[in-house]
Amino acid sequence: MSVTSQRRRMAFARFSTGFRHDRAGMAGLAILAVFVATAILAPILIPESAIDVTKATGGRLDSPSWSYPLGTDESGRSMLLLLAWGTRISLTVGLAATVISVVIGTLFGIMAGHFRGFGGHALVGVTDWFLVIPFLPLAIVLATVLGPSTMNLIIVIGITSWAGTARLIRAQTLSIEGRPYLERSRALGAGNWHQMTRHVLPNVFPLVLANTTLTVAIVILSETTLSFLGLGDPLAPSWGSLLDRAFSSGAVSSGAWWYVLPPGICVVLVVLAFTLVGRATERIVDPGRAS
Amino acid sequence: MASRVLRAIVTLVFVVIFNFFLFRMLPGDPIGLYTRGRNQDAEQLLELRRALNKPLLEQFLTYMRNPFDQAIDSTRFSRPVWEMIGERVWPTILLLGTAILVASIVGIWIGIRAGWKPGGRFDRMSTGATLMLYSMPEFWLGMMLLIVFSVGAFGIPGIFPVGGMSTPGVDTSTPIGWLNVLWHLVLPCTTLILIYLADYALVMRASLIDERKQEYLTLARAKGLRDAVVRKRHAVPNALLPTITLIFLSLGFVVTGAITVETVFSWPGLGLLTYEALRGPDIPLLQAIFLMFSIAVIVANLIAELLYVVFDPRVRS
Repeated sequence: MSVTSQRRRMAFARFSTGFRHDRAGMAGLAILAVFVATAILAPILIPESAIDVTKATGGRLDSPSWSYPLGTDESGRSMLLLLAWGTRISLTVGLAATVISVVIGTLFGIMAGHFRGFGGHALVGVTDWFLVIPFLPLAIVLATVLGPSTMNLIIVIGITSWAGTARLIRAQTLSIEGRPYLERSRALGAGNWHQMTRHVLPNVFPLVLANTTLTVAIVILSETTLSFLGLGDPLAPSWGSLLDRAFSSGAVSSGAWWYVLPPGICVVLVVLAFTLVGRATERIVDPGRAS
Repeated sequence: MASRVLRAIVTLVFVVIFNFFLFRMLPGDPIGLYTRGRNQDAEQLLELRRALNKPLLEQFLTYMRNPFDQAIDSTRFSRPVWEMIGERVWPTILLLGTAILVASIVGIWIGIRAGWKPGGRFDRMSTGATLMLYSMPEFWLGMMLLIVFSVGAFGIPGIFPVGGMSTPGVDTSTPIGWLNVLWHLVLPCTTLILIYLADYALVMRASLIDERKQEYLTLARAKGLRDAVVRKRHAVPNALLPTITLIFLSLGFVVTGAITVETVFSWPGLGLLTYEALRGPDIPLLQAIFLMFSIAVIVANLIAELLYVVFDPRVRS
């Protein structure tokens, strides 16, 4: 076993011991486990016909009963089953958009910190621009141009939410760039690629990890907001588009709380869980920053 | 200071350029997008085609010369877009101004109490509550408040209006009219206050916890000052600066809340206008709204930076 892989294994063991002692973090992890299980099992346990409008069996906006524990929507589908399918869509969009956001953010952050001169300045300029521009208006114009679909929603959220990560990673890169081992590797003739992938990336990685969990939380809220505004796939029952349909079908004015309350509680639980896990990770990998 | 102003201007110029080119990168038929879902008479279509067929550079220069041109018409409402925005600005300022004011006072108060004794009972409770509020989609909170306090559910009678800014037929220039507006303001404003104060309380708490590590507080205590005096006279004034700056910096986040909450409560401001433009989609109106929100946020950021320079001599160098 090589020295580095042994060292990494030890670092991971230290991390998981630290995490197990963090009660809030473990609570977050438990909530996430339930939702991930629901997302994976939904298509196995619930036939797709359950969320098909044409095969709906219930009445319009029925209140909760034994056969429909969370009532029905405006076309008579069971809210409980819709919610389970919604978990799958919301989590998929959330994770996919986070991957895009974190990859762009890490790439921009490391390059902006590594390259001096015009290139570095240009990258910082682009990052600052995305940081200043208000998220929702930007996402709205992008989504309007691309058209409503789940894939486009992922792209829009991904390219509007990376700037915070980039700024964080750039700051960390700058502090690593000043360390002697990078000077040594430069003196030995290491190229930019080698320096960035072999020295900078492994050092910023723990921070990327903590940041990713916090990014998922924000991204899921963004997905809910954009879907609520009708910018997602109108046919996919994500939590946000369930709230959109509840709003436009008059569930609010007819007092159908069972249509509105559950999707929101799911969003709150998942976002809170990711935030708790993210804060716990931050406390372990970067004790100075977290408070 | 001049360099900060210059940077804000450059950011703004890029917004205008982005705003122009984004809607020209559209795949497919631009006329189709401009008129999606609406009947347009032949004359209007011809006019639109003529405008879109001009050389790109000419269109760009025309837009750059005056992005606030009164001749830019909404495709959905057939009215100048900047005139529509001008009408909708005041309701939004009333709603957001009230919400930010109340939320910052309450949020800062919670942040001080929680941050002065981190880990204490108040801190644990308030941090739990603020994290919960922080995780909430603001429009969902608004919908729930509507169901409970306006439609009436769970045995609570609905006493607030379902939406709008005043009851139709009420003259809003009389004292009775003001009360009517106030009555309509309660629910949307409460929604925004709850969401914003969570953010402000978390920031104030973190800022005060940072300040507690400073040595001058040890000195103040060594002088024999009471705990409350150390907090009020020494720690809080210093911790307030980053918090107030962050309140300005968070205007982008405030805008998000305005768009969805105004939609839920049919509050006739810029947020509802955004939703109306979106449902079209009304491209010229969307472009103008995007530009307007960007200017507001860039200016707020600039104010925050300048405030910092004025009040904190350490960053002047």
